[in-house]
Amino acid sequence: MRKRIKAVAVCVGIALTAPASAQEELNFDAYREMLADGNPAELYEMEGEELWRTARGPKNATLEQCDLGLGAGVVAGAAAQLPRYFEDAGRVQDIETRLMYCMETLQGIPSKEIIDGKFLQGERARLAALVAYVVTHSKGEKIAIDLSHPKVKEMYELGERTFYYRLGVMDFSCASCHSQDGKRIRATQLPNITTREGAAEGWGSWPAYRVSSSQFWTMQHRLWDCFRQQRAAEPIFGSDVIIALSTFMAGKGNGIEAKWPGVKR
Amino acid sequence: MKKLFIAVPLALCTSVAVADELQTKVEEMMLSSFKANGIASLDRQKQDEIQQACSSPTPPGAETMQRLQAAEMAKIRWPADGNYTGGDWKEGQKIAASGRGLTWTDKTPNNNGGGCYNCHAMDPNEVSEGTIGPSLEGYAKLRGNGEEIVKYTWGKLWNAKAYHACSDMPRNGYGGILTEAQIRHVMAFLFDPASPVNQ
Ligand code: HEC
Ligand code: HEC
Repeated sequence: MRKRIKAVAVCVGIALTAPASAQEELNFDAYREMLADGNPAELYEMEGEELWRTARGPKNATLEQCDLGLGAGVVAGAAAQLPRYFEDAGRVQDIETRLMYCMETLQGIPSKEIIDGKFLQGERARLAALVAYVVTHSKGEKIAIDLSHPKVKEMYELGERTFYYRLGVMDFSCASCHSQDGKRIRATQLPNITTREGAAEGWGSWPAYRVSSSQFWTMQHRLWDCFRQQRAAEPIFGSDVIIALSTFMAGKGNGIEAKWPGVKR
Repeated sequence: MKKLFIAVPLALCTSVAVADELQTKVEEMMLSSFKANGIASLDRQKQDEIQQACSSPTPPGAETMQRLQAAEMAKIRWPADGNYTGGDWKEGQKIAASGRGLTWTDKTPNNNGGGCYNCHAMDPNEVSEGTIGPSLEGYAKLRGNGEEIVKYTWGKLWNAKAYHACSDMPRNGYGGILTEAQIRHVMAFLFDPASPVNQ
């Protein structure tokens, strides 16, 4: 199984390192179909499942008692109802900050290590694998976050404001690139996140395996790179701005089926 | 009846207060959730007047738009010699195609691309073209190269907000994204009869 998936990843990787014409990029749906029963994200799911069950960290504990919002140890359907407010942590958390919280409280792995770390490396990479595992157990679920909670609602409103917040030398906001139907940056299609369908498409297809770089990216990684393109300063891992935007997108897409983990160019 | 009269203004007051509180929180968050990285300093998180005015789904009213546009118009640097030509369309083509520059992974704030193809069609043979802005294919062929269009285009490239305060197009000259020499090259790419844009 592992071998087969690796082979697919390598082939597609090579296909895309050849100067990809716009036509090829526009035909990306074909790649997606080709990968439909072999999304390389499966590798990360398996790694994540193992990490969930393995005793690790200074406290030598597993994550099996981690409460993702549906009770200790419940993984099925958990991703679809995040972000949510957690009493114990006293804040709204997305899947990544919640897992980070569990790693710290249950296993003793300091959050600081993840916050100050780098994407695709160390504990932050292990966190991404755990995300892959958790979202797999919400496959086909409809996005269902609880906007009736005042803290979640406030995060949603902060996220909406942030979405339109222009900044930096290029005056971009998220809306500059994601507020019209059917628009492209070069050959890349952009979802219109100001609509229910577009928000669900954007929110519900990450984390994703990125074929062009053969990497598995979480939503925090995706937004970090959008802020880079926006020419903003660097967002801090797990900070409120990421939670706010996530809550806005998930809340707007509420009721629509998520497609995670996705496969992306 | 009396009660109702009192209740209405009160309700209005609280909703305004809540909105402002939210705005304050957004502004704080836009600083506290970020860190400086290389050339991308925290200054980037603070808005100037036009960014602030254009940060909602609905643009400000006509009067405000005009005031903001007039202020941006005054920031355009027109060529000192009154001459808009002298650029090389081949250089302009490279600048239009490059979307590089000014991110936290870029080492220097100089040598940026214009990223024009991110948003515009230009050379009809280039298929990897964005659609956020209008197509610029055949720019001078369609619009000629009279003084008015040439001057407008320079102004648009230098400071797009002078013509439409809430434009999605960056302020290339004003923002220090492109140098005056680079803008000349892009002008040539748009206006030179030999440029692929006009084939
Ligand atoms: C200058 C352009 C630009 C800005 C500004 C920008 N993005 Fe993006 N965004 C992109 C591009 C390009 C992609 C597609 C990347 C890819 O598929 O390789 C993308 C992808 C996304 C996706 C995934 C969409 C999908 O269906 O896979 C989300 C969600 C997203 N952006 C949200 C945001 C948010 C929130 C902000 C503001 C913080 C933002 N973007 C700012 C250009 C931008
Ligand atoms: C992020 C998007 C974006 C980028 C990057 C961008 N533009 Fe634009 N441009 C627009 C939009 C949107 C318009 C439509 C009018 C408006 O809102 O300002 C526009 C309008 C124009 C116009 C006026 C067209 C007309 O019919 O009046 C010209 C000329 C132009 N752009 C040239 C350029 C060039 C050259 C570059 C690169 C140096 C560039 N643009 C970069 C978005 C962009």
